[in-house]
Amino acid sequence: MNWTWFHRLGSPPHVYGFAERWAPWIGGVAALAIVVALYGGLVLAPEDYQQKDAFRMVYVHAPSAWLSLMAYSTMAVAAAVGLIWRMKVAHSAAAACAPIGAWFTVAALGTGMLWGKPMWGTYWVWDPRLTSELLLLFLYIGYMGLRAAIEDPQKADKASAVFAIVGVVNVPIIKFSVNWWNSLHQEATVMRMGKPTMNGDMLWPLLLMFVGFSLYFAAVVLIRLRAELLRRERSASWVREAVA
Amino acid sequence: MSKFFAMDGYGVYLWPSFALGIGVIVLNVILALRSLAAAKLEARRRLEMRS
Repeated sequence: MNWTWFHRLGSPPHVYGFAERWAPWIGGVAALAIVVALYGGLVLAPEDYQQKDAFRMVYVHAPSAWLSLMAYSTMAVAAAVGLIWRMKVAHSAAAACAPIGAWFTVAALGTGMLWGKPMWGTYWVWDPRLTSELLLLFLYIGYMGLRAAIEDPQKADKASAVFAIVGVVNVPIIKFSVNWWNSLHQEATVMRMGKPTMNGDMLWPLLLMFVGFSLYFAAVVLIRLRAELLRRERSASWVREAVA
Repeated sequence: MSKFFAMDGYGVYLWPSFALGIGVIVLNVILALRSLAAAKLEARRRLEMRS
């Protein structure tokens, strides 16, 4: 197998150039997908027989929650790659994921609370799903705090990577909390074994929203990764060309 | 139109929820671009000081 692509991923100028070229395109497709999915979810999809129009909150809540978990998983994988292969770019990528993931955890919690009030009669319960998602927010904050607190970049990389990898145990706990314990939160309707339990007219805007959020995440990570690389590689010769 | 905004009476929860989601989307783009612009500025200043 040809491993050239993997070795190239270890080269900051190569990754910087790749991010510069691709982020606008990926971001553009993401914006288009999100706008079409919003129209599909808010206007075209029929109302739910039980939750009426309140169900439409799924189009912003579920993709936010998905992104909060995807960002953490990506961060932990990047951190592990950074530790195993001593790849600085991977540590930078992990660091780029954290603030985005933290913000979308806030969005998932906030939109969930706004959905919980009319459906459950309360904004918050100390339920396994809600509590483990709140813990995810603290893990993101802990990761960023740890990186900020250690001055030596290499030590910060190592410590924060170990922290990210240990914390990843919370990801399956969040995902399966609704199956493992009694929960007010409904079970998975799309990402489950077998077919989704959602009508096609309601489903396509949601799937498109997942695609849009995933591409959006990729685009924003690439922008943040460029900033991380510039700060880290301050004395490298390629930086002069990159900021010219 | 007003029926659309009322959302069966759930509009009071639904619209803030969408505003929060879209707000976080826009905010993250702005924060990322600002972080990149600041990093570029820092790098330029350092290069100028060296030369």
